[in-house]
Amino acid sequence: MKDALLEVRGLRTVFETRAGRVCAVDGVDVEVRRGECLGIVGESGSGKSVTFSSVMGLVKSPGHIESGTVVFDGRDLRGLTPREMRAVRGRDIAMTMQDALTALNPALTVGEQIAEVLEAHDETLPARGAARRTAIRNTSVEMLGLVGIPSAETRLKQYPHEFSGGMRQRIMIAIALACRPKLLIADEPTTALDVTIQAQVLELISDIRARLGMSVALITHDLGVVAEHCDRVMVMYAGQVVEEGPTAEVIGAPKHPYTQGLLASIPRPGLRGQPIHPIEGQVPDLIGLPPQCRFYSRCAHRRDACLTPVEMRQAGPQRRARCILIGEDEA
Amino acid sequence: MSLSKLLERIAQLLPVLLGVSVIVFVMMALTPGDPVQIMIGDQSITPEQEAELRRGLGLDRPMIERFFIFLGNAVQFDFGESFYHRRPVGDVIAERLPATIELSLVALIVALVTAIPLGVLAAIRKNSIFDRIATVGSLLGVSLPGFWFGILLLMLFAVHLHILPVSGRIGFDAEVRMVTGFLLIDTLLAGNLRAFGDALAHLILPAITLGLPMTAILMRVTRTSMLEVLRQDYVTFADAKGLSRRRVLFRHALKNALIPTVSVAAIETGSLLGGNMIVETVFGWPGLGRLVVESIFLRNYPLVQAAVLFYAVTYVLLNFIADLLYTVLNPRVKL
Repeated sequence: MKDALLEVRGLRTVFETRAGRVCAVDGVDVEVRRGECLGIVGESGSGKSVTFSSVMGLVKSPGHIESGTVVFDGRDLRGLTPREMRAVRGRDIAMTMQDALTALNPALTVGEQIAEVLEAHDETLPARGAARRTAIRNTSVEMLGLVGIPSAETRLKQYPHEFSGGMRQRIMIAIALACRPKLLIADEPTTALDVTIQAQVLELISDIRARLGMSVALITHDLGVVAEHCDRVMVMYAGQVVEEGPTAEVIGAPKHPYTQGLLASIPRPGLRGQPIHPIEGQVPDLIGLPPQCRFYSRCAHRRDACLTPVEMRQAGPQRRARCILIGEDEA
Repeated sequence: MSLSKLLERIAQLLPVLLGVSVIVFVMMALTPGDPVQIMIGDQSITPEQEAELRRGLGLDRPMIERFFIFLGNAVQFDFGESFYHRRPVGDVIAERLPATIELSLVALIVALVTAIPLGVLAAIRKNSIFDRIATVGSLLGVSLPGFWFGILLLMLFAVHLHILPVSGRIGFDAEVRMVTGFLLIDTLLAGNLRAFGDALAHLILPAITLGLPMTAILMRVTRTSMLEVLRQDYVTFADAKGLSRRRVLFRHALKNALIPTVSVAAIETGSLLGGNMIVETVFGWPGLGRLVVESIFLRNYPLVQAAVLFYAVTYVLLNFIADLLYTVLNPRVKL
């Protein structure tokens, strides 16, 4: 597909646990286009974070990628050596984590933690000596300035615990962006934050995305965040993509019963006093799943045809969904 | 570290020392055996001479009175005369101390230098053959009694293979002028490399025997805390930054993983003191540990009391150092 920066096809990531094989990501296709913000929504355990850990090559034991291709900027990432992959991480693809308090190293100053990314990747730095140190310092100060941290010069010497939660989130973003990556994977960037700070951090990411012209993969379980910040959205359920398409279309007219359920369960000011409609039932256990629609047990529209594997179907010029209802709509 | 905190620490030391004094005093008094009888041995003396001897040592007074005399002198740093040496206890201890400190420091270095890399390696290769061997090895290391392990080493390396000396700090032929009391330093100051090698050879077996339990404990602490740290988000984030494996492991993981290791090492150094008594006896090491053991057999009360007080102070100081090191390594903690 044209202008795709990241193209993942048929990704399967499994975890060998004592209870059995957990297929956390089962045949997922992802496409992130240049300059766009793709939202990835789903509940905990839907495989959204594991999908992107797989892209980064950071799946931890006992998990491993079983099959699939990951093509980034024309390169097959799964064919790279660990060394080559390290050169991609942090430089071309960067990641921020849910909780900056645990993601920043408590024993290293903020300055050290920014400097080491530059040390590892920035080839424009002077080779060595005072010039190199000054250049690293200047870039670090510039990055902290970019994410809106005042008096950056002195704050470089401080440790993460000396900053507020919102500040730490900004610092983590500054570290991720230090080498001007082409793709930023923001894993639940607002979950650990106060509502007021959430908006600021999201604005910051959108703003920097526009300025640096990078792509963002925004992992969240908040459809409101997606509606406001993402060009396209991908909904995941139990290790599979169940629906994707332009944000306005998906939110305006969801095709998959799960997406419909998610949207119906959001409290809205206009419906004050009305009961919230949660999706009944539980996410299925990922061990030993039968080859059927994974939403079957919770779906109001279920029928016998859903007991066979359901593939993604084209649901519009730019939309796809994994539901047997799709063909019937048009018919 | 504020001055008031420092004073607080010193104030905490006082009840500890008082308690230790009482316990040692009572235990020595309750131990069967009379120092005067031991001194007399087989010699025949009159009851008057014996009473005179007893009075001279201050042993004719009741125990409570003896305790308060001891306490009154101790606060002035006067610990009395050694019954056996007929010299101030402080001098006798000071003479023996360098040998013990030298042995303990070398044992500590041996323990740190082997335990930390082994612990890190066991954590990185969790559940590998290496990890399993290291785990079993550390269990052995903690359980093997020093007197037995020391004798095994002696039999193998000194008696059978003849590559290391059997006992003492240095060969009889070596002439070293004592400056610091540490033979490794004094031989180097004298520029006598042969004597330095000899002193080092004498140190190897006792240091390994003394350091073995500590090595085992530190290895397990390092392994556990390294495993814990490797699961942390900041290690994943460091990986996501594309840093080299070495940098992630040593700069990000190890720096945090060492916090418990260093604290435990400082505290465990105190337990080296106890180990010293056994190891010094096995290897004929002329240090404080052996002196204390000999003094206990001779019912040399003043020396044992002073030495135990010294151990108590050292132990408290080491705990204090452990706390200080903790704050140095962990910027989140302020004393």
